Amino acid sequence: MPAAIQINHVEKSYKSLKALGGVSLTIEQGEFFGLLGPNGAGKTTLISTIAGLIRPDAGSIQVHGHDVVTDFRNARRNLGVVPQELVFDPFFTVRETLRLQSGYFGLKKNDDWIDEVMANLDLTNKADTNMRALSGGMKRRVLVAQALVHKPPVIVLDEPTAGVDVELRQTLWKFISRLNREGHTVVLTTHYLEEAQAMCQRVAMLKLGQVVALDTMNKLLRRVSGSQLNVHLRGGALPEELKPLIAHEEHNGSPHQFSLRVNDYAEVEPILARLREAGAVIDEMQLQQADLEDIFIQIMEQGTV
Amino acid sequence: MNFLSVGFQTLFYKETLRFWKVATQTVAAPILTSILYLLIFGHVLSGHVEVYPGVSYTAFLVPGLVMMSVLQNAVANSSSSLIQSKITGNLVFILLPPLSHWEILSAYVLASVVRGLVVGLGVFLTTAWFAHLSFVAPLWIAVFAVLGAAILGTFGVIAGIWSEKFDQLAAFQNFLIMPATMLSGVFYSIHSLPPFWLAVSHVNPFFYMIDGFRYGFFGQSDVNPWTSLVVVAAFCVVLAALAINLLSRGYKLRH
Repeated sequence: MPAAIQINHVEKSYKSLKALGGVSLTIEQGEFFGLLGPNGAGKTTLISTIAGLIRPDAGSIQVHGHDVVTDFRNARRNLGVVPQELVFDPFFTVRETLRLQSGYFGLKKNDDWIDEVMANLDLTNKADTNMRALSGGMKRRVLVAQALVHKPPVIVLDEPTAGVDVELRQTLWKFISRLNREGHTVVLTTHYLEEAQAMCQRVAMLKLGQVVALDTMNKLLRRVSGSQLNVHLRGGALPEELKPLIAHEEHNGSPHQFSLRVNDYAEVEPILARLREAGAVIDEMQLQQADLEDIFIQIMEQGTV
Repeated sequence: MNFLSVGFQTLFYKETLRFWKVATQTVAAPILTSILYLLIFGHVLSGHVEVYPGVSYTAFLVPGLVMMSVLQNAVANSSSSLIQSKITGNLVFILLPPLSHWEILSAYVLASVVRGLVVGLGVFLTTAWFAHLSFVAPLWIAVFAVLGAAILGTFGVIAGIWSEKFDQLAAFQNFLIMPATMLSGVFYSIHSLPPFWLAVSHVNPFFYMIDGFRYGFFGQSDVNPWTSLVVVAAFCVVLAALAINLLSRGYKLRH
């Protein structure tokens, strides 16, 4: 069984800017894969290269075993891409837009699936509305629907929830999760790391066009040991022996707020006891688990965890 | 190249529907412009000019105006659609699917031919009342109308691919298409021109399109219609090859 997406040493430069510096990745069929990185890391360039919108300077990409340059028709039949930009054709209604997109993929009578996609994305009552008359969130839903009209085995979502409301996010993730359970491969880029943590089984992090981390979500989360104990002190000072535990001083701009690293719950009580002995009064306290955002920040700052 | 593929049919349908949805601008307006041309030039020059023996100036003008409308609207259809799609970003919907280069080119060109012929027919039906027209060789009329529209539709695809903003496309239309159309013999016979401009007209492919088209009406032309057909067909093949080359290289489309 070929990989859903096989990326081999892909390079792309724009004059002196190296957007992709030899990226290699294998995304297996059926995975929910996260492609993360800060702005300018090369995520959209990589997705555009997979989609055939950008031609690589070197390297190759296959979608379900079909090269995206030399066998582009078969590669594109297997791929549905939701572009990052909110683009639409102002001449057509939602249903016309979806029928046209379906036709471009060779599907003439596809109304049953189009109706199902619209129903799952809460677009049914907008089916005969012109694209110009839709809100930004509705236009985003249509973009997602356009990528799904041909039931692609591989779905690529480039920041699909950027600037959209909670309702769409929930609707979208419910539908995409269903498609993933049914066997569709999903590749997601997002700046909402809590979404990536909740949805993705495996993650690649890009920085300056290079893959700097590639692992399963569970293994990545285990890389950063322990949690953070956030305390806000009303009176007294932080004892000297606790200062090496500080993760973030002057948290939220307050000189009395500290984030202390703890490896497990057993370490919490001794810290609290030491604070009481020092005469510090705890005003607020919160135990925060390490999450993908902590790992992301560390990787982007240090290049590794 | 598969003219029966659903992808081609869909893109052709979309491009046709696109212009039809704004028919006031894309069909009615150019018909009105042509009527004004006929009324003004026909009124001013009728009785002063006889281009072909036994053919009034107004009758001479009608086929020229029809063909000019066919050509200008064919180029406008593909070029404006492509530049709008590029600038608004929705061209991605054409670039992401598994459409071949031939399917893309033929769909855009055929939709341009349809718009050109619809406008041309509209101009003909509204202006034919003003002159007594004959139809000596209807097949020549059809062949040159379709070939001319196909050439300009292909020109429009090339211009749409090459242009990155509206003023570049406007420059293409204003400094290339419009002068070539005006210097093609729409309003006059090139034999009334001084030697220099007569020679220039002979390297203008638009002249052969209009001259061959007009031959179908009157059985008279400035050059042999077979010569015109060879020139026009050759020009069509060269432009189509250029357009396919640009599409296959992804020139200014796939970066």
